[in-house]
Amino acid sequence: MATITRNRPSPLQRLQWGHITLHIVLIIGAIIMILPFLWMLSTSLKTQTDVMREFPPRLIPSTFMWSNYSTALGSLPFGRFYLNSLIVAGSVTILQLFTSSLAAYAFARLRFKGRNVLFFLYLIGLMIPFPVLLLPNFLIIRQLGWFNTYFALIVPPAFSSFTIFLMRQYYRGLPIEYDDAARMDGASSLRIWWNIMLPNSKPILAALAVFTFLGQWNDFLWPLVVTNSQSMWTLPVGLSSFQGQYSVRWELLMAASVVALVPVIIIYLFAQNWIIQGLAVSSGLKG
Amino acid sequence: MERTALPSDSKAAERPAPSFWQKIAFKLGIGVWRSDQQFEGYLFLLPSLIGFAIFVLLPIVISLVLSFHSWDLLTPPRFIGTGNYIELFTNDPIFANVLKNTFWYTVIIVPVQITIGFLLALALNRGLRALKLYRLLYFMPVVASVVAAAIVFRFLFNQQSGVIAAGIWQVIGFLKQQPWIQSSPDLLAWANTLKPPDFLNGSSQGIWPGWALISVAIFTVWKNVGFTLVIYLAALQAVPDVLLDAAKVDGANTRQQLRFVTIPLVSPTTFFLVVTQMLGAFQIFTEPFIISANTQGQIPVASASIVTYIYQNAFDFQRMGKASAISWVLFIIVFAVTILQTILQRRWVYYELE
Repeated sequence: MATITRNRPSPLQRLQWGHITLHIVLIIGAIIMILPFLWMLSTSLKTQTDVMREFPPRLIPSTFMWSNYSTALGSLPFGRFYLNSLIVAGSVTILQLFTSSLAAYAFARLRFKGRNVLFFLYLIGLMIPFPVLLLPNFLIIRQLGWFNTYFALIVPPAFSSFTIFLMRQYYRGLPIEYDDAARMDGASSLRIWWNIMLPNSKPILAALAVFTFLGQWNDFLWPLVVTNSQSMWTLPVGLSSFQGQYSVRWELLMAASVVALVPVIIIYLFAQNWIIQGLAVSSGLKG
Repeated sequence: MERTALPSDSKAAERPAPSFWQKIAFKLGIGVWRSDQQFEGYLFLLPSLIGFAIFVLLPIVISLVLSFHSWDLLTPPRFIGTGNYIELFTNDPIFANVLKNTFWYTVIIVPVQITIGFLLALALNRGLRALKLYRLLYFMPVVASVVAAAIVFRFLFNQQSGVIAAGIWQVIGFLKQQPWIQSSPDLLAWANTLKPPDFLNGSSQGIWPGWALISVAIFTVWKNVGFTLVIYLAALQAVPDVLLDAAKVDGANTRQQLRFVTIPLVSPTTFFLVVTQMLGAFQIFTEPFIISANTQGQIPVASASIVTYIYQNAFDFQRMGKASAISWVLFIIVFAVTILQTILQRRWVYYELE
């Protein structure tokens, strides 16, 4: 074997050279994807003068200013922003999956007057871009007296045509024999939904949970519009306001960004398959 | 015993005979209903229906009505007919500019992101080692918060301490030291005029986009290309080896396999990505809002988008009617483009006949 490969490069070896070129291209690409994060990390530890004066800027800080983190975290209540983001993203995810799953079951399985008309109406929700709804929703929230409350942050996003649509597709794919069998045994629709539909739709529920939670965690426009006090800000709104106040204190801004990004990235590192699958499946493609 | 009855028998016994209208409806495929599920159906829909009515249907009506009014939130709304729309298209240079910017955002972001994502997926689909590691790294920006990542890019792009500008200065410095440049006064004079572009504020010239917009577009591609990659990777893994082998047997080279087998087979994915990424590009907001807003929170004309202009009109200028009118123009653009794509897809999207 050894002599053969030495004399004449096998197709396998030539393939390996192709692989090496590909690896080089992919590694350069990966560096471009990761470098902004590394610069963020390194800048967050530099002194203010180093950030402003150092030329060319270096990736490894000359002195490590750990105090940047305490300064950044002390200037705005980031703990509160975190808590708000968790509360909002968590509640929206649970509520949205709940309302959507009920509606999706009705649309997929129950037969009632006006079902198709209602479903068509819900589909309109898919076609209307959110910016059209932004201003009127703000006015409605103001009218309800919900401005700058958790209700404003949680209730409007707790409904989603998109989630309903995807779940309905999934439910329609489940064998109807399950329903029929349960119905013959005297199960109510509610029981079928709870004991058959929900347990059988774990993959799509997990995928949509990831999608909704991440979407809400990172959402900026809606919380920006319906909150005006620090106690109600979510992380993105808090960060944006922090940027407004410390526009050229880059080391502090980067420290705050690190604090905002690192937990998400750590969770991502541990649950990458689940998260990537979740986002891909929720995009309307089969996983 | 009911249990012993055949399923078909029990069903036939339970259901009342369909009425004439039910038969018609059944034939047409609309609204096949059962009396016992009438009430239940609405009950299951109730939670979402309340949300839908208050936060989707009602806002659509409010927005449409408002777009024909002039309202500053303080004085009562005044009906002005199509005044807002006429103003937008005849007497608002900023709106024309915002439309132009949106065009450029779409034209830059969508093709670049889809092409790079496809090429990367193609490379990763060769059965490389470390596929998972690459996927992990390329997808990382997708899960990162837009605001936090945009702040990082604002730093990277800035003139005084930005890393990208510093890198360009280094290259220029290197050029100036080259003997072949120093020997010619013309070249040296040219090298002395070189400087990094103003990534955050560079304004547009004529119909072309300025650096402010291009920087935002670069950030958006960086942020989302991992998503395109993952979606394409899933599609490529579903391409059957049998077809590629058959093409190989017929003498197709790698490029021909790509052109006549792989690309047509992933065209439904391409269509999906084109549609969704275009919708995203039309509605871009957070990216320009964070990256290029000045210290007073104003977004430069060069990178303003339709949605930042809606936001400005509604919450900075208190022009509720005009903001609504802009949002309807956005809707019409989105709607028209989606319809157009659905029509055009018949020409290039390949669906397997099963």
